[in-house]
Amino acid sequence: MTRLALLPLIFALPLQAGEIWVTNEKDDTVSVIDTATLTVTKTYPTGERPRGITFSKDFKRVYICASDSDTVQVMDPDTGEILHDLPSGEDPEQFVLAPDDRHLFIANEDDAVTTVVDTQTRQVVAQINVGIEPEGMAISPDGKIAITTSETTNMAHWIDTSTHSLFANTLVDSRPRHAEFTADAAQLWVSSEIGGTLTVFRTADQSEIGKVRFEIPGVNQDLIQPVGFRFTPDGKTAFVALGPANHVAVVNAETLAVEDYILVGRRVWHLAFSPDFSQLFTTNGVSGDVTVIDVADRAAVTTIKVGRFPWGAAMRP
Amino acid sequence: MVQGRVSAWVFGAFIAALAPAAGAETPGLRVAIAYLRAEARLPPTLSNLDPVPADLGIAGAMVALADTRTTGQFLGHDYQLDLTSAPPETAPLPAARGALAAADLVLVDATADQMLAIADLPEAQGKILFNVASGEGRLRSGDCRVNLLHTLPEDSARTDALMQVLVAKRWTRLALITGPKSADAAYAEALRASARKFGLEIVGEKAWTFDTDLRRAATTELPPFTQDLPDHDVLLVADETDDFGRYVEHNTWLPRPIAGSEGLEPLGWSPVLEQWGAVQLQNRFKAAAGRPMQSRDYAAWVAIRAIGEAVTRTGSADPAVLRAYMLSDAFQLDGFKGRALTFRGWNGQMRQPIAVANGRALVTLAPVEGFLHQRNETDSLGLDAPESDCHAFGATP
Repeated sequence: MTRLALLPLIFALPLQAGEIWVTNEKDDTVSVIDTATLTVTKTYPTGERPRGITFSKDFKRVYICASDSDTVQVMDPDTGEILHDLPSGEDPEQFVLAPDDRHLFIANEDDAVTTVVDTQTRQVVAQINVGIEPEGMAISPDGKIAITTSETTNMAHWIDTSTHSLFANTLVDSRPRHAEFTADAAQLWVSSEIGGTLTVFRTADQSEIGKVRFEIPGVNQDLIQPVGFRFTPDGKTAFVALGPANHVAVVNAETLAVEDYILVGRRVWHLAFSPDFSQLFTTNGVSGDVTVIDVADRAAVTTIKVGRFPWGAAMRP
Repeated sequence: MVQGRVSAWVFGAFIAALAPAAGAETPGLRVAIAYLRAEARLPPTLSNLDPVPADLGIAGAMVALADTRTTGQFLGHDYQLDLTSAPPETAPLPAARGALAAADLVLVDATADQMLAIADLPEAQGKILFNVASGEGRLRSGDCRVNLLHTLPEDSARTDALMQVLVAKRWTRLALITGPKSADAAYAEALRASARKFGLEIVGEKAWTFDTDLRRAATTELPPFTQDLPDHDVLLVADETDDFGRYVEHNTWLPRPIAGSEGLEPLGWSPVLEQWGAVQLQNRFKAAAGRPMQSRDYAAWVAIRAIGEAVTRTGSADPAVLRAYMLSDAFQLDGFKGRALTFRGWNGQMRQPIAVANGRALVTLAPVEGFLHQRNETDSLGLDAPESDCHAFGATP
């Protein structure tokens, strides 16, 4: 009882207030969650089937992959107004903004290409042929290497951003979904949804360092399907969304051992930290909500109803 | 539609379409695959609304070839697909010998008897054949062959999936109408066996005896035909050649849902599958073939994807190496059905979820939640290790 009574107080006193933006794939909207009140404060219409979402460095622009509208939309996050569309190639699913704050690297799921778009000139700079159904996108902190993972080809494609050409293709387990570099750029992590693993590569020579495997008592092994993941700012921990296993795994990034499993909503997909990294927000596609995890306690504290099929999540301070 | 009439045109079109894709890089490894079809003379059906596509199965193989070649081009692996189709009036074995001379990996689109004759050819020993067309249980049991894997689900896996859904809904009293063809009788027997397995009761049965064109008379003839069936929750229809089933729904005496070959159907693949990334495959298939994907297309797609996965992971085109890898625990294939597809070690059947769907939407992807199994929930569908009389694969599940 005491603990329950205290919870609202904890929520009311975050170190730094902010917003979590969530794309609702089957509602053609974004939901804006206030990290202090843990409520949806605004819902803005988008193009069709919004999935990937990311902010510009100054948080004055939000980029949204409107997959079925075949465009990347640029929205003013203060008003929800669509400022303009960017050419994106067909069916943009996921993207990453380069450290130069200018170039978007976009996975075109139906077209087996990665498109590079200059957000200032609004022109396509390059299109790079990759494997079938590209989805996961990452870029190294120095901006020199971009990664596309292809779901049906089961590879991470390493792109030299100076030449826009592939310099390596590394196999991973079945249906890769998401890729992230570690903050020191030394490692690339790739999640494989059907394979049920994360593969960790050494950036320097693209060799495989190890794999993260998962096991949850009472959950069938083939339902453990890692998708989105995020590193804590100290780089020591990764939080991994496990899809229809309805759990988020807490992984020790040094030993690659799983330390904890946190029960969340159904078909957990992507995640975003609050600005002070004390809370983690997960999109739960099937239950149509967002679970809020207390990062220090490694426990779910509440659930927030959003639109249908929430997919991407991005933080704005 | 008699397939023999159009096959020449179909193959000409495909070969022309293939040519520009070939020869991108110097391949380090060449993987030769054949698709062998023994064409069947299809019986007439009451309605011509849904003709059997002339490229059924083949179109799935073509899409998988394109998918697999993309992976291959990053690894220096080149995949070739030869298509052979024996017209219904010719014996399939000479065509089979030709296909086996060209490739170690052969997709076989034929009846169960033809498939066994092909698998027993001296030329087929040490190679891998993939059954993409026959759901007969005996091929996975007493008549199994060590060189024959199955990517099409067996009939009993489909009927088990349907019964799991009916159990979950507590629709436990069933009636059954069976058509006059041998395929109808076999499917009806699979339905009865699955009903027994999951504790459902078939309270009444009728044989379909109409020999008139029902298109005008269904609404007057069907009510009295179904009136004397004991009360039931669901009316099952066994009509595997798509002859009369479409005239049963909404014409029955009692207002009851239809399931089996019509209405709520258990299928290896359905055009209404859209989750688990399936919409990507549906789009690729529709763009390539100009029609929706069917179960045989999917079985052929999966067979070539399984070959591609095994070649990619082993770096070999040796059928012995590929077979060992496919049957090992390391093999797992993403088949757009939400779970990794694997092969059953005891009879070479691909372990796969079954779509239980109507014409508009997926109802459930079986195995249905709550049907447990000590090894893998998907093994609650179809012939489990203790039920199979297949010994050619050794005993390990």
